[in-house]
Amino acid sequence: MTQIDYTRTAKYFLLQDFAKGMKLGLKYFFGSKATVNYPHEKGPLSARFRGEHALRRYPSGEERCIACKLCEAVCPAQAITIDAEPREDGSRRTTRYDIDMTKCIYCGFCQEACPVDAIVEGPNFEYSTETREELYYDKEKLLANGDRWEAEIARNLELDAPYR
Amino acid sequence: MVEFFTETSIGAVLLILGQSLLLIVPLLVALAFLLLVDRKVWAAVQMRKGPNVVGPFGLLQSFADFLKYIVKEVVVPAGADRSVFFLAPMISFVMAVIAWAVIPFADGWVLADLNVALLYVFAVSSLEVYGVIMGGWASNSKYPFLGSLRSAAQMISYEVSIGLIIVGIIISTGSLNFGAIVAAQDGDFGLFNWYWLPHFPMLFLFLISAMAETNRPPFDLPEAESELVAGYQVEYSSTPFLLFMIGEYVAIVLMCALVSLMFFGGWLSPIPGLPDGVLWMVLKMFFVFFIFAMVKAITPRYRYDQLMRLGWKVFLPLSLAWVVIVAFLAKFEVLGGFWARWTLGV
Repeated sequence: MTQIDYTRTAKYFLLQDFAKGMKLGLKYFFGSKATVNYPHEKGPLSARFRGEHALRRYPSGEERCIACKLCEAVCPAQAITIDAEPREDGSRRTTRYDIDMTKCIYCGFCQEACPVDAIVEGPNFEYSTETREELYYDKEKLLANGDRWEAEIARNLELDAPYR
Repeated sequence: MVEFFTETSIGAVLLILGQSLLLIVPLLVALAFLLLVDRKVWAAVQMRKGPNVVGPFGLLQSFADFLKYIVKEVVVPAGADRSVFFLAPMISFVMAVIAWAVIPFADGWVLADLNVALLYVFAVSSLEVYGVIMGGWASNSKYPFLGSLRSAAQMISYEVSIGLIIVGIIISTGSLNFGAIVAAQDGDFGLFNWYWLPHFPMLFLFLISAMAETNRPPFDLPEAESELVAGYQVEYSSTPFLLFMIGEYVAIVLMCALVSLMFFGGWLSPIPGLPDGVLWMVLKMFFVFFIFAMVKAITPRYRYDQLMRLGWKVFLPLSLAWVVIVAFLAKFEVLGGFWARWTLGV
């Protein structure tokens, strides 16, 4: 013969679990909310955040990239394509610097490999597009990104410098 | 002018049409905001803010959703039975709405003052299951079919105990008319005269059965997003889906109205001395809806066998026993007609 657990039965019929749940639910109902109103307010980002790529310039306006192709070589997704030839003044520069953002896995190896801090992953993560073609970034687009985000990128690099 | 509406037949039709619109339009507008309340409560318990972008505090969110639903494309599955496929959401919606014809919002504020009002509501809400079954079957798809089978079994199981709980109320009142049921709850002690006190255990049984009957969580297994994707609604899109959803929520609000009328004294004021009125009815319905929304937020979903066990092995015996107990208490007028309101001459 099975023994009846009276305490448990009483709790079942008095909806004890339900009352507990309701109490907890009401606690959170009146508690403060964790929501971040995204387009209007954004969560904090680390200085190491790896977002949209940018090509940086020196303060003189000269582009940093020297077409060493280390980033192209290190890129595990083979998203970077570089062509280069000497300019009239004899310096070695890229004629083509493309990143296929649909291939990129945002590992940050290109940034690590770069000897002159030219290619960096900036803090921007809001660059969704309506077509795939728009995500095939060329040199012009990357340099424009660099100009646009230079202030933030420079600050992030400075903040992260002690740990490198 | 008055003769036109009372004497001529076209006048009478216009009068009924006007009255129906006067009921349905505020009902559907109120529903839009109740949907928002539902989502807001759910969000608040999960430490979220809920919809807050469309209009002030997101008040217009439901209208934006409504617009979205009706401009979307209607997709009909290739193997679907087209006529039944489109009939199902209409049945679901119409059955949910016509039950409101007998629900009074204040003394005499009722479209059809039937003597068998409670029976009518019970009958109509039982027919709602046809919309679900037809929708699941006509979709010609596996998940909707499974969902609709579950739903049919669930709704039928819990209607039994709802029916028996209603019998207890009828025994106490001696009438099936909502006006009489509310009048029987009138008294000198305000809220202590209402049926929630003499029928205390049945209040919870009715609330839980009402959740099961309307496929609300924790009994939302016909929809069960995580296992049946959305049950009988899977193949529905656009306006047919909207009709299903509105039908479901209209049925939920109807259950709120039933709880307010049968257990919380309808439009009667809880404090003796304060005037009775439609405001109390609305407040009580809102309170019950809040409970429904909270329960949705705090409970996990029942398993199918647990659901059937609860319906047939717990609720059915309990409500059946309560009918017998109330019958005795009423017959012998225990506590001076506490359970036998018809003896008090109200």
